[in-house]
Amino acid sequence: MIHFDNVTKVYVNQNRPALDHISVDVDKGEFVFLVGPSGSGKSTFLRLVLKEERPNSGAIHVAGKDLAKLSNFKVPHLRRRIGCVFQDFRLLPNKNVYENVAFALEVIGKPRRFIRKVVPEVIELVGLEGKAHRMPDELSGGEQQRVAMARAFVNRPMILLADEPTGNIDPATSIGIMKVLDRINRTGTTVLMATHDAAIVDSMRKRVVELEDGKIVRDQSRGVYGQAY
Amino acid sequence: MRANFIFSEVWIGLRRNLTMTIAVIVTVAVGMALLGIGLMINSQVSSMTSFWSDKVELSVYLCKENSPFEACTDKKGISEEQKVALEDVIKGMPQVEGVTFEDSAKALENFMNNDSNNVFASFLKVEDMPESFRVKLSDPAQAAAVTEELSGQAGVSNIINERQLLDSYFGFMDKLQWMALSVAFAMVFAATLLIGNTVRLSAYNRRRETGIMRLVGASNVYIQLPFVLEGVIAGLIGGVLAAVMLITCKILIFDGIQTFLPEALGWNTVAGIISGTMAIGVIICILASFITLRRYLRV
Repeated sequence: MIHFDNVTKVYVNQNRPALDHISVDVDKGEFVFLVGPSGSGKSTFLRLVLKEERPNSGAIHVAGKDLAKLSNFKVPHLRRRIGCVFQDFRLLPNKNVYENVAFALEVIGKPRRFIRKVVPEVIELVGLEGKAHRMPDELSGGEQQRVAMARAFVNRPMILLADEPTGNIDPATSIGIMKVLDRINRTGTTVLMATHDAAIVDSMRKRVVELEDGKIVRDQSRGVYGQAY
Repeated sequence: MRANFIFSEVWIGLRRNLTMTIAVIVTVAVGMALLGIGLMINSQVSSMTSFWSDKVELSVYLCKENSPFEACTDKKGISEEQKVALEDVIKGMPQVEGVTFEDSAKALENFMNNDSNNVFASFLKVEDMPESFRVKLSDPAQAAAVTEELSGQAGVSNIINERQLLDSYFGFMDKLQWMALSVAFAMVFAATLLIGNTVRLSAYNRRRETGIMRLVGASNVYIQLPFVLEGVIAGLIGGVLAAVMLITCKILIFDGIQTFLPEALGWNTVAGIISGTMAIGVIICILASFITLRRYLRV
């Protein structure tokens, strides 16, 4: 599903590569934690999957497509198959829960009948039934992240990227967030989650890929966060 | 493509950026109006040039008794023999196509007909008017040579090249036209920058929305179209205002001076100019939006 082959990324005006000859394979339906300290290259990894950045060398395949050969014109179609969740939720403050989720479908031109059908289903899936008409500032952090997950998942992507989704949320609420991610994963969606949260990684017992200074230092199935923390 | 979604985005953008939108509309309106006025003057001048170039003549005025002109040295006026001799000389010149004699009575009549509100009418008498030969040239460019040759002849008081009279008028119109066009050019330039700035502000205001649109895979058209449409709508409103200004200008100024001009500025021409300036305004808006979006809205 995601295939990195000897990928190196050096940002302009930086000597040290953000990613240094990385090779990873993530299969369909896998749940993978991407761990490591700040600046280890987790976010760069996710940006490369979205083709927001281009690697300096190496090949990246996402959902069967060679990103180097993917024209800019087709990048939006790639992104429709990838959902994204962020630490800062990125909701539209002037739209309610329903509208925030529906926005993702409206801007890719889905018909209104389809939107009316699937949006309530996804809102229920993330556990926000009955709160469809709340505004984001009337919701807790955990609930806002659920809205963001609903938005990321509403178009049934093949891959869900989560960049520290629990970073702004207390541990108790984080468990709920992880349950939703697990539920999404069980529908067959590949989930790739970058995180610092040792407790969550340890409790989930999923595959762990650890980055340090742009290199993979560990790739364990059913791993934990690591002794050092 | 969901039209109502795009248009609601456009409406939000225009409302949030109201002051900039108004600035764009006013600049486009004034710029396009000036461009239109320049084109209107241009078409007026060219239609009049072709009208007059058939008609311009040299007027060879003849000495009368007590003529104040220096050429009329003897203060007696031209004799009949001199007149006949002069006519033969003129007819003998190769550059001359035809010549007619205008006596004092005819001169007075023409003068009265040409000038509508004539304060001289009450006291002008036939004797006051000069006699003249109206010389039509085969090529107006030869006027200087003919003038030089004829001004030495006895009994000629002065020679007026009507073309020169018109040239000063055309020269004035020409300057007016270039002034309008250069101000129009400056306004179009300012409008381009303003539209660019408006689109930039608009893109900044909605960076959250466009960021999410990018993430969920909205196509470039979907992301950029609302911004371009904002520019187009502002350009169109500006164009309509410019059209109103041009129509007012045609009615108040061009129709006002119509009594003095042989060729009217037709509504057809005005309609053509209005649609032309509108198209230019909208095209400028589209281009300015696209160029700015390339820089400020990475997709």
